Parts: sequence; structure tokens; C-alpha cells
Amino acid sequence: MKNVMGLINLHESHDLLREITKNRPLAAIPFGGRYRLIDFVLSNFINSGITNVGILSAGNSRSLMDHIRSGKEWDLARKRDGLFILPSLQTDNVQGAFPKDLVDFFNNLDYIRSSRQRYVLLSGSRAVCNINYEAAFRFHQEKNADITILYKEYSDTDVRQMTGATLLETTSDGRIVDMEICPVSARSNKLSLAMYLMERSLFVDLIDASVARGGTNLARDCFLKNLENLRIYGFPFQGYLAQINSVQDYFSHSMALLTPAVWQELFFSNGSIYTKVKDAAPAKYQQDAQVRSSLVANGSVIAGKVENSILFRGAKIHKDARITNSIIMQNGEVGPGAIIENVICDKDVKITAGKRLKGELNHPIVITKGTVI
Amino acid sequence: MRSKECVAMILAGGQGSRLGALTKKLAKPAVPFGGKYRIIDFPLSNCYNSGIDTVGVLTQYQPLALHSYIGIGSAWDLDRRNGGVYVLPPYVREKSGEWYKGTADAIYQNFNFIEMFNPEYVLILSGDHIYKMDYSLMLDYHKTKQADVTIAVIEVPWEEAGRFGIMNTAAEDCIVEFEEKPKNPKNNLASMGIYVFSWPALRAYLAADAADTSSSHDFGKNVIPRMLAGGERLYAYRFSGYWKDVGTVESFWEANMDLLSDEPTLNLYDPSWRIYSVSPAQPPHFVADTAQIICSMITEGCQIHGQVENSVLFPGVYVGAGARVKDSIIMPYTTIGANAVINKAIIGRKSVIEAGAQIGTDEITEQEATRWFSGITLIGDNLTITSETKIKRNALLARS
Repeated sequence: MKNVMGLINLHESHDLLREITKNRPLAAIPFGGRYRLIDFVLSNFINSGITNVGILSAGNSRSLMDHIRSGKEWDLARKRDGLFILPSLQTDNVQGAFPKDLVDFFNNLDYIRSSRQRYVLLSGSRAVCNINYEAAFRFHQEKNADITILYKEYSDTDVRQMTGATLLETTSDGRIVDMEICPVSARSNKLSLAMYLMERSLFVDLIDASVARGGTNLARDCFLKNLENLRIYGFPFQGYLAQINSVQDYFSHSMALLTPAVWQELFFSNGSIYTKVKDAAPAKYQQDAQVRSSLVANGSVIAGKVENSILFRGAKIHKDARITNSIIMQNGEVGPGAIIENVICDKDVKITAGKRLKGELNHPIVITKGTVI
Repeated sequence: MRSKECVAMILAGGQGSRLGALTKKLAKPAVPFGGKYRIIDFPLSNCYNSGIDTVGVLTQYQPLALHSYIGIGSAWDLDRRNGGVYVLPPYVREKSGEWYKGTADAIYQNFNFIEMFNPEYVLILSGDHIYKMDYSLMLDYHKTKQADVTIAVIEVPWEEAGRFGIMNTAAEDCIVEFEEKPKNPKNNLASMGIYVFSWPALRAYLAADAADTSSSHDFGKNVIPRMLAGGERLYAYRFSGYWKDVGTVESFWEANMDLLSDEPTLNLYDPSWRIYSVSPAQPPHFVADTAQIICSMITEGCQIHGQVENSVLFPGVYVGAGARVKDSIIMPYTTIGANAVINKAIIGRKSVIEAGAQIGTDEITEQEATRWFSGITLIGDNLTITSETKIKRNALLARS
């Protein structure tokens, strides 16, 4: 894979993620107790041997830049290749099904042109998985494909419940014949991972040609419109996938981590997931702690009752507090006697003593970063 | 090199043979502690938090683990352009080379390193103590007293004073006498093995000590008494926080257990004084619905299906369903099988305790357990304790 460069496209719509993406891009959403979504794609790149990674920035990226910094945590602080931030000229947050990513690719074309690798692998950050790209790369060569798009196949009923997804239709030998971007009622059942593999020169040509004809969106104008002209194949990804399109996705995929098999696969199967280190002490269980079916990150101090929940780094659960089916992000605090159920507390949220908050399993309450209740 | 006001030297070469199986393949400062740390994280983090950015770490015994752990010092933010951390093993000079003969000799052999930074003060630290201390305050004290040497001291229980180097002080904590392990101690101010020296004074005494063939080249035994005799200004700097020399299996176990109370004296959760460490890339730990955990510290990467009480678990430890772990320290990547019982034990790295095995569970009274021995069972690294095996209290199992 050393002949492949990685490009992470942060122009990802996040209308359905409500408050969670109010002040951060989708890629910077905290996930799994100590990670942010982008950690998965960065770690997958590194674990697959990709060492030249460009990040096409979008919208308010302050929190993302703070997280990534030099890329040292992913071993991407290098003399040659390593991490490159490709700035966006657009300041608005990304919205809608067709973000204007092409113009930013076009503006950063010199970096893509001058890279040394023959191939380019594009990815967003909403497809959370632990994947080694080796197999997809071999597939791409065997099929003599122009472009390979990774997908995961779902049952028709599962697909019908997905919102904001992009779906593919393939022939029996894998060639993609149709592509639906955010359809209201889907006709195909193969979920696009928004990961695209192709030769770098082709990618440069596609951007150039599309922008010259008024194209603005990569998926629509470079891939969908070229299904007939180019050999575009779909590579089936068999592993566990958590695609984060909405608050509901975020919540249910977080809860899925409480299944040991999922925890094992997502965090260990093809290598470690790296993230920014916070130097927190091990989690501390005090005298009255009662914790079941939960994920607990370092720095947490627990004196209360926690069930079916995820505690991020530095969470503090006071005595007699009760947390059920909830996510407490970094430095969250739940005061003595407070009871919360089906709640997502963003970073630095403080629930004071005795408060009661209850969302529904299919509609969790989201509490915005820094709120004190 | 730009000159530095103060250079710290951490003595990290000791084997720590009283830690038994824990230090078979590791120097004492590299021994894991507190669920994610190694002992040397404490002086290194103290240096960083005190604003000391130039640190020499003197290694000797089993240096590989320590060298690879410290690396370029980035975990403690000590990968500096000017200064930073330097690992200093003994080396061969023009005519011959030799191991560090004593603490003073170790510093003397690294004369060039210290001179390179032309410091005003040298801070000497041990790599095997657990404590949080702001060395900059001690340095300020040293300057105020216009001292040649300042020695950090802590009040120890009178009955234990005979185990330490005891400082006898006059007015304003000026040291008038130093007694190494006195039979009848005159007070209970014990040396913590932390010294600030004014470099010109130390330089002269180190040279004299090196030339003295009868000396055992030790700070406590030789250099400090000689400076006292030479009329230099020695002051005691009182420290009152948590401090523990983890030189024995008992004290190592106790120091780990000290972290488990609801409000421990040594607070590892203070964001203004973090203890830094090389972190493994492990996910948050998983607690199953069959698990029960109280009064314990558990690190990322663990999977808990059984009961854990009053214990410290390092990364990647697996505790099977129905297993009971009590009053124990479980080193990284160790597996405790289903229904196994571990009582008051230290289990080494990557060991496997198979289902149903029992460790330290034989019934003796606590008085019996502590009268003749510590009552702590020690299982070394990479061992497999087969199913249904019973290992008695106070046993020691390790690969030869």
C-alpha cells in the first residue's frame, strides 16, 4: 500500500446530527469513550501502510485541528510525506446532500498532483470501521477497475431505515451500475462507505474535467455521472461498520460497542485505533460504585450506578447518581442523586445534584457542550 | 547549548533486588505502578511539572526496557531542542570503563553531561520513589538559604526512623549532623534521597571523592558527611505530602493499595499536576453485566466479567466470569480465567491464570500471614497457572 496516498474529505453533510455537530465537523465527533470519528480512518490508513495523508478541511475545523495537530499520534509527523491539511475556502458549515467539495479539491490540486504515490484512496470520516485496505486494493487491480468504491451490503429492511445514506447497485461481477445519493426511499441495498480508490492521475483529470463543466460535488459529478464512461466497481466490506448519519445512528452505534464482539472487532481486528493522548489516570471505582454493561475510559471516577452506558475520559459520577443507556462525553459530571436515562451529554456537561432527565431509546436527549443543568 | 539554571539527574540504575520477580528483567524504575504508570514516571513528571526541562537518566541494570520506554522523552514533553531527556548508561573511556560504583560516582562519570549545560544547580533524584513534588519550590528554598546543599526530608514514624538516613538539624533547619540508619535516632527527619547542589560546590567534592580510593562513592555515606565536615551550608527542606520508597514487595503493594481509598493522599486526578506516561493504544475498558467492581483502579483495554475488589488492573487484563480478584495487582495483558480466585497477589505481565485456579486463598489468620512474612503471593511474568491449581499465600513463582 505504500504506493497509495490517503485523502480525507471532511465535506460531509451532518444536518441529522443536530447539536452534536453544532461547533465541530462530523470528523471531530467524540466516539467510543476516547476517540473522535477521524481517528478510525487515520488509524486504518496508517495500519494499512498509507503514510501520505491529506485532510480536505471544511467548515469550523478548530476542534479538529486541535485534535490532530502534527499528526504525531498517528505517526504522521514525518519528514517526507506525512500529514497535510488542505484548507477550505468556504467558511460555512457543510449542509445538504451535495456539499461543494470539488472546488476545494480543485484549489488544492497542486498537492495532489505533486504527491509521489500512484494511487489515491479517498475517505470520509462517517464510516467507522477497522479495515485493512489491502484486499480492496488487490480487488481494484484484479478487476482492472478505474475506480473502486467500498460498500457494505445490508438487508432491504435495514436499508429502508437508513437516512441520509448513499447506496450502490452492482452487477453480479461487481460493476456499479447505479448510485443513489441520499434517496428518500432506497432502491438498492449496498451502502457506500464513501471510500474511493483510483489512480491519482485519473482523480486529477476527473476533478479538472468536472469543475470545468460546472461540477461542485465529488460523488455526483465525478462518480455518479461517469458510471457508464468508467469501469467503476464495488468492493464488499465484510467487517463491522458503524455509519454515523444521524443522532439516532450515533446513539445506537455507540450502544453496539457494549457487545464484546463489536468492541473486539472495532478496536483490535486489523490494528489499534490511535488518538490524542490525554494522560488521564486509570478509571477509579469508589466504595459504592455499581457498573454493568458499560465502557469506561481513563480518568473517570465513579461512585454511583452506571448501566449500559459509555463514559468518556474524565467523567465523574457522584454517589447515588444513576446513569442508564447514556453517553457521558469528556469531563462530564453527574451530581449526587441525579438520574439520567437515554441521554447524550456532550463534553463538559454538568448535571447537578438530584436532577432527573429521561429521553427515549429512539430519541435520546442531547445536551449541548458545556451546559450546566 | 544554552546554559541551564538547573539540571536534574535521575538515578535509575538499581536492580531493586528486594522486589524479587518484579525486577528480574526490569530495572526498578521501569516496574509498572498504579494501573498505567511506571515508577520513573513520577520523577520525570515532577521535573516537567516543576519546569525543569533538562534531565539525565542514569541507567545500568537491565537498561533496554527503560531506554525504550523513555525514548526521546516525548511522553513527558521532554523532547526539547535545547535540553530534554538524556539516557546516560555507563560507558568506556580512553583507558577503561566501569559500572557506576555508587550514586556519587554515577554523577561524577557524567561530569561532561552536566558541564555541557553549565548549570548553577544540580538536582539529584531517585528513580524509585512515588510522590508528587514541586522541585522549583525546593530550588527557591535553596537559593533563599544560600545553601550549598539542600536535602528534602520527610517526617517518618519514629519506630521506622532507623531504616533511613536521618538529618539532625539546628535552627532554621540547618543540618548539623547526618546519620545513615542510626540505631538510636535523635529525630525522625528522613532523607528522601532528593538533593539540590550548587554545582560549583558539588563539582569540587565529587572530584575529591573520586580520588579517594577508600570511599564507596555514595552521596549519603561519603559526599554529604564530607561536605558537612568541610563546613558547607546544608539545609533540610521539609516535605509533607505523600512519599513512598517502593523498594520492597510489601511497600510496592502498599503504595498501589494506597491509591484505592476514595480520597487517596496521592491524587492522580489533579489536572494541574498530571503524571505523564507512555500510553498504550487501548480502547476504554469493558465492564460486562456480570461484573462487580469496587474500590479499584482499572485501565483502558481491560475486559471485566467477574468481581474485582480493592485491586489495580493494568491495560489489557481479562477477568473471566465468576472470577474473584481481591487486594491484588494484575500486570498488563494478564488473563484471569473464569471462576479463578486471586487474593492479595501480584500477578506478572502476560501470565495466564486458568479457570478455577486459586491463588493466595488458603486460610490463615491475617496475624499469621504478617508475622513471619508479608502474606503477598507473587507470580512472575509469562507464567501459566493451570486450571484447579492452588497456590498458597506468600509463595513466589517465577521463571528462572
